[in-house]
Amino acid sequence: MTLSVDFQVSLPTFDLVVAFDAPSGITAISGHSGAGKTTLINALAGLLMPNRGHIETDGRVLFSSELGINLTPESRQIGYIFQDARLFPHLTVIQNLKCGRWFRRLPANPSIIEDIVTLLGIEQLLSRRPSQLSGGEKQRVAIGRALLSEPEVILADEPLSSLDTNRKAEILPYFEMLRDQLNIPIVYVSHDADEVARLATTHLRLDHGKIIAP
Amino acid sequence: MTDWLSPPEIEAILLSLKVAFWATLISLPFGIAVGFILARFEFPGKQVVNGLVHLPLILPPVVTGFILLKLFGTQGPIGSVLKELGIVIAFSWTGAALAAAIMAFPLMVRAIRLSFETIDSRLEDAARSLGGHRWHVFCVISLPLALPGVVTGAILAFAKAIGEFGATITFVSNIPGETRTLPSAVYSFMQVPGGEESAYRLVILAVLVSMTALILSEWLAKRVKTVVEGT
Repeated sequence: MTLSVDFQVSLPTFDLVVAFDAPSGITAISGHSGAGKTTLINALAGLLMPNRGHIETDGRVLFSSELGINLTPESRQIGYIFQDARLFPHLTVIQNLKCGRWFRRLPANPSIIEDIVTLLGIEQLLSRRPSQLSGGEKQRVAIGRALLSEPEVILADEPLSSLDTNRKAEILPYFEMLRDQLNIPIVYVSHDADEVARLATTHLRLDHGKIIAP
Repeated sequence: MTDWLSPPEIEAILLSLKVAFWATLISLPFGIAVGFILARFEFPGKQVVNGLVHLPLILPPVVTGFILLKLFGTQGPIGSVLKELGIVIAFSWTGAALAAAIMAFPLMVRAIRLSFETIDSRLEDAARSLGGHRWHVFCVISLPLALPGVVTGAILAFAKAIGEFGATITFVSNIPGETRTLPSAVYSFMQVPGGEESAYRLVILAVLVSMTALILSEWLAKRVKTVVEGT
């Protein structure tokens, strides 16, 4: 699976112009804050519409200004892991995990859920509410929630930047595991050089809306 | 209670409760819809919609009642159609419920709108990235998170509906047993010699009901908030 991206977004201070292929594995996108990283990833997720260009995964067109196609976020099958986890505060951990399957009408499949819960080591947390979780635990649940919606692409927007060093070390191995075990493109935004060095299979650097050599 | 209150007084209280209950129940889905739309969408004419919703708060109630009478009276454009269908709401308790619902609507919408506005819309984005269509996201994420405001809005509207007087008496008059609600009864008792005592009792009741509704709405909203946020 490859995610092909070629688009332009006009921003108040500069234009974001990007073209790249993200193959299976982790495509890390680094750059200073304000370089357009979050804009890029939001455009991939369908939360923001580029001015022109196209986005596709192995022939499935997600956005094309030429063809007049702009799939909604819910029909893109893209899992998004946010910096601030964004777990639903009124749902328990297990409900958070299952809600993507419910939204997409995927079979309940207890064995998949169990596998991912075990993988992420969150068995003890299932009946808790997000407010009762630590930052690292929240992020693990967020990873599980994205995985269980069975995405074709995963986006991660600085998923470790709100965590302290120890928590980062707790979560990093899970991204390595996703990279090595899932056969899907993962677009991983980070400004942390160590994180990028450790995770990236492909590395792109973004500066003032343009991709420059890393 | 029967010793303390006379039958006409009890009748007025029960009628007020019935009118307020139905006014709140029927207007709640509309209040949620309008509150959500005003909180989440920008569209041409939004200020007009907002103005129309708030109009009953600002207009003299007698004007609202007059407009209702002209629209929903048996000769009016809506009332005549309803009459064909065998529904007459002018001068009946259902008309009182309509008047109360319209007068209470701004309070209800305000509370619900505020509550939707405080929800982090990024949670809704997250739900959509998980495959949730707008309607799903609304039912599973937005509405449950806005529940404290919905509860507050409903209780405030209920309290307002119990006390509605001006539009009600203009639209459906003051018919004992049919449209003589608590405030209309107070007004009537004040007009007759020796009715002062009955008026006092109803006034005390009105104050009690309103205070209880206010305290209950605060308490319930807090409780629902705790449950929703799971702290």
